[in-house]
Formats: sequence, structure tokens, C-alpha cells
Amino acid sequence: MLSIKNLQAGIDGKQILKGINLEVNAGEVHAIMGPNGSGKSSLASVLAGRETYEVTGGEVIFDGKNLLDLSVEDRAREGLFLAFQYPIEIPGVSNINFLRTALNEIRAYRQEPPMDAKEFLRMTKEKQQLVEFDAKLVNRSLNEGFSGGEKKRNEIFQLAMLEPKLAILDETDSGLDIDALRIVSNGVNKLRSDKNAFVVITHYQRLLEYIVPDFVHVLYNGRIVKSGTKELALELEERGYDWIKEPAYSNS
Amino acid sequence: MIITTTLYDQLSAQYAERETATAEPWLSRLRANAFASFTANGFPTTKNEEWRFTNVTPYLKEAYQLQPAAPANGGSAIDLSALDAYEVVINNGIPVELPVAKGLSIHSLKEAANSPIVQQYLGQSINLSQQGFAALNTALFTDGLLIEVDKNASIDKPLLITHHYNAAWPFFAQPRLLLIAQRSSKLSVIERYVVDGQAALFVNGVTECVVAENAQLDHYHIQATPTNFHLVNFTQVSQKADSLYNNHTYTLPGASLVRNNLHLDLQASNTESHLFGLYLAGGSQLVDNHTLVNHANPHCYSNELYKGVLADSARAVFNGKIMVQLDAQKTNAFQQNNNMLLSDKAVVDSKPQLEIFADDVKCSHGSTLGSFDENALFYLKARGIGEDSARNMLVKAFAFDVTQQMPIAAVRDCVEALITQKMESLYDRV
Repeated sequence: MLSIKNLQAGIDGKQILKGINLEVNAGEVHAIMGPNGSGKSSLASVLAGRETYEVTGGEVIFDGKNLLDLSVEDRAREGLFLAFQYPIEIPGVSNINFLRTALNEIRAYRQEPPMDAKEFLRMTKEKQQLVEFDAKLVNRSLNEGFSGGEKKRNEIFQLAMLEPKLAILDETDSGLDIDALRIVSNGVNKLRSDKNAFVVITHYQRLLEYIVPDFVHVLYNGRIVKSGTKELALELEERGYDWIKEPAYSNS
Repeated sequence: MIITTTLYDQLSAQYAERETATAEPWLSRLRANAFASFTANGFPTTKNEEWRFTNVTPYLKEAYQLQPAAPANGGSAIDLSALDAYEVVINNGIPVELPVAKGLSIHSLKEAANSPIVQQYLGQSINLSQQGFAALNTALFTDGLLIEVDKNASIDKPLLITHHYNAAWPFFAQPRLLLIAQRSSKLSVIERYVVDGQAALFVNGVTECVVAENAQLDHYHIQATPTNFHLVNFTQVSQKADSLYNNHTYTLPGASLVRNNLHLDLQASNTESHLFGLYLAGGSQLVDNHTLVNHANPHCYSNELYKGVLADSARAVFNGKIMVQLDAQKTNAFQQNNNMLLSDKAVVDSKPQLEIFADDVKCSHGSTLGSFDENALFYLKARGIGEDSARNMLVKAFAFDVTQQMPIAAVRDCVEALITQKMESLYDRV
């Protein structure tokens, strides 16, 4: 589904991603871990198409298409979803209107007719229950005055509504208390299927107790320096990141 | 040949002609004083502080005539068909359709010129020596409307005033409105413009509103006109004790020049006033909003929020002045102006002013200037929303604080649809 080959990117001439290789297939959950500043969020931003990043090398194929050639909105319309680390507050844009616009623009891209109001309402209700998102928040301005946890839950609600092929969760767990973490994780687990895939970016192993990954990758200094199964996450939790940073690994 | 004379000469000739015609002595005196005020300074130049950023001279160079040609039909309209209202149409400055409504009397100002109420109020509230355009209108207006809301009358439907212009050659129009909301009455008035034809139009309009004790007046001004339209408008509001006046002024992309003067004179205590404005400008439009709220009495509340969105090489001026006189203790006066620039060539001159002579007041003013929030744009696009839709959503969101203040849903829907439609035409040019 997603094939990243030797991806290099940076900001203002400063290289941040120094050759990332990653293969994600349908039905898989990949966790990307790593210390602060290793390039985790940059990878998410580059995949979603944030303009501040300049891609200097490599390629990304998403479902047979060259992802890096697509505009931000077309990447989303092709089925890529980024759950933001810091969701933006937009006063004056209602959550529901935002979702309807997004959903219908994605449908138009796929040459499907707009969803009728009744069906949209039914779907909203169903998904909002599925991910335990407060019905009152659905009608409010987009993220305005939401708590940190509510914003993250709204990301998962949007994910449920837009049904992407590939979802990238950028530190969705940061700033969440244990109850919010459980709700967010339950939502993701309910949305997992053999047709979609998840890339879960996290700093902490804690999230991976709830969303169990098939693969764990460690990103350090712009490269994936180690890959393994969920046991790797436990090892990281126990030993920290220092042993990964040893020169021996960067040679391997 | 009249066509070769300048506008100024034509106006002088029209005044001389008018002077010889018979008129009420009080009206002749009013017009004479007004004309003297106008000729003392002529049209304002940029040397006048109130006109520093708005040079009207180039806009007055068209070969304007003081009489319109035979009407031409068709053209653009603001769709307010969803609004259930009493309707008045003013065609090239002359009222042609006057509705009948309980508690509301509407007359041609020309025909009502002899009535005591006109004599009592007309031209009394404006400082003509400092307002050249308003003085000119006072000296030379030919017609307009007298609107009176009876004491204790709460008018069941809004009054929709359509200023319809359809001149076949450049036309300089000077409509005049006098609106009296008598004690404890209530009315909503919506003014809009419909312009036919391609000829240049310059409208120098004056509206005087008197909001009597405990009365409420909601005043909407929707300016969505084509580029051949030029507007200098002066609205003077006199508020009596316990009255409420709400103004909603919307200037949308189109007219080459719009200068709105909105002056509120709070003549007694315990009044409440809200001034909401939104200006969206593109092309080489110049939109200038000058407001003055004069707190002359204690315990009055005024709140002003003006927002602007500018594209292309449009220019906007916001000049908001709050005056708190020595006697105006316990005044609450707030003012805010926010601007969003969508292009490197757009310019805003924002000048919030606060002059306070009383010592027990709550006042604030502020002005901001910004552009699209790139993070918000990215967030919307990352959900599959295209660039144009995303920008449109953000402009609407920016305008939301202002648009949500319109209590009449049909007007709000109409204005929001206009914003979408007009902004899309701006993006197309980017």
C-alpha cells in the first residue's frame, strides 16, 4: 500500500529525513518510535504534504501512485489521513460542515455523488458512537475550546468518518490521560481492518499496549535504525533509546 | 453644451436654478447654508485629515450628469426573495413604490417637505461645515424618503429599501432619507443597491435617523454593486434615552469607491448601540469606513466590530473614533477592527481613535492585520478540502463574528451566499 524508498527531506536546507525506507501493507499496523528530534513528526508532515518541507530525494508510492507528485488535498482524497499532533482550532467553521465538505470533496474526486443529508446524519451518529465522541462537540466550531483529549478524539472521529486507506497517527497519545488514551485506542482498534493500514508515531510504549502493532521501527537522526516486532517496543521502554544510538547500529 | 461643463459647475448652476424656484423659507435657508458650506471647501481633498487616505478627485472626473437618462432594464440584483418585507423602490433617487403598513408611514421626501416633522429634523443633526458631501446633498437633494414609525408601533416585517440605478449616461445622484423611529417603536430597515447598465454612477447619499426614547432601529446596509458604482454615504444617527440602534454594513467586491460615514450621536443616557461592518474588496477597489460614536451622556453602551478581507490591489480604510465627553461617566465603549490581506498588493489603513474626557469609563479599541493562517489551510486540505473551498471556509469563518450578528435569517443567508459567490470570483483571478 505504501512504499517509501530512500526518502530525504528537510527544512530551509537543513536535512531532517536522511533516507527512510518503509513498506506498509494493507491490514498492518506499524509503530514508529524514537527520541525527540529524530524526525518522526517530520516524516508524517512530508507524507501529508506540508509545504514547509522540501523533499530532496527518494520516492513514495501510495497505492501505485507517486505520492510526492500529489497536492495535499489529493493525497487525502487518495485515502491518506494524518491525525495531527496539534489539531488546529478554527472558530467559525462548524465541525459538521467541515466534515461534510471534506467527505463530499473526497467523493467528488472519486466520481461519486455527494452524500445525501439523511445518510450523512446517520453515518455521523454511527461513527460518533463508535469512537465515543461527544455529540455536542460535533456541532461546535472546529476544535474551538476543545480540551487536548477532545481534540485528539475529534481526530479519530474524522478518521472514522473519512475512512482512509492509510492513517498516520502523529503522537496522538501525547497529552492524553489514561481514559482518553483508552477511548482513542478503542476507536482505532474498531476501525482496523484487512483493507486499511495504520502508522502510529509515538514517543511512548504505553500506547502500544492498547494499539498492538505488527511492526515497530526506531527512527533516529533521520533514519530507521532498527525494526522489529512489538517486543522491540518493550525493550525500548526498558532500556531507553541510548543503546540504539550506538555507532554500531548506524553501521548495520 | 451641458455635457462639457464640469461637475462642480453643473452643481452650482443647479443651485442657482433651485434658488429662484419657490420653496419653504426654512428649506431655502437650510439649502443656502449647506451650499455655502460646500463651496467654502469644495470636494474634500487628501489634505483634509478625514480624507487623507481617500482621494475622491479621480472618481469625480467622469462626465457626470445630474439627471439620469431614460431607464434601462435588466442587470444585477441581490437576491432577497426569501425575505418577507415591506418594499420601497427608489429609482434613480426618486421613490416609485411606497408600501402601506400599519404603524409605518412612508412618503416621498419631496412631497413631504412642508410637513413639520421634516422641518424639525432635516439637516439638523449633521455638522455641515465639516461634511462637504453631506452639505452638497443637503443643498441639492431632489427627493428621497421620509419614514416615520409611529409611537409604540412594532413593525411586523422589515422594510426593504432598494436603491435602483439605471442611468444610460454617467449620473451623479443625491438621494436623501429621513427616518424617525418614534418613542418605544421598533423597526428593521434593509438598504440595498441594484444597478443596471454600464454608465458610471456616483451616489452621494445622506440618511438621518432619529431613534426616539426607548425605540429600537436595526439598520442593514448591503453594498454589492458593480465596478461602475461609486458611493459616498453619510448616515447620521441621533439616539434618545433608552434607545437601541444596531447597524450592519456590508461592502462586497464590486464598487470602485465606497466611503461610508456612520456617525452616532448619543444625545441622552442609557442608550445602546452596535456597529457591525464587513468589507470584502478586490480589484482596485477602495473601501473606506469612517465611524464616529459620540458619547455625550452617562450610562451609554456602544460596541463596534469591523472586519475586512482584501484581495488583489484593493485598499481599505478604517477610521473609527469614539468620543467620550466630560459628562459621559459610566460609559462602556468598545471598538475592534480586524483585517485579512490575501495579496501582497492589498493595503489597509486602520486608525482606531479613542478620546476620553470622563474619568469613570470602560473603553477599549484595537486593530489587527493578518493573512491566511497557513496551519489552518493545511489542516483543511489534509482532510481532502481543495484550496478554494478551504480559503472560502476561512474567509467565512473570519467574517462569522460579524455575520452571525444579523438576527434576520433571510438577510444573513443572502449575505453569506454573496460572500461565497463574490470571494470565488476573487480566487479565480489569483
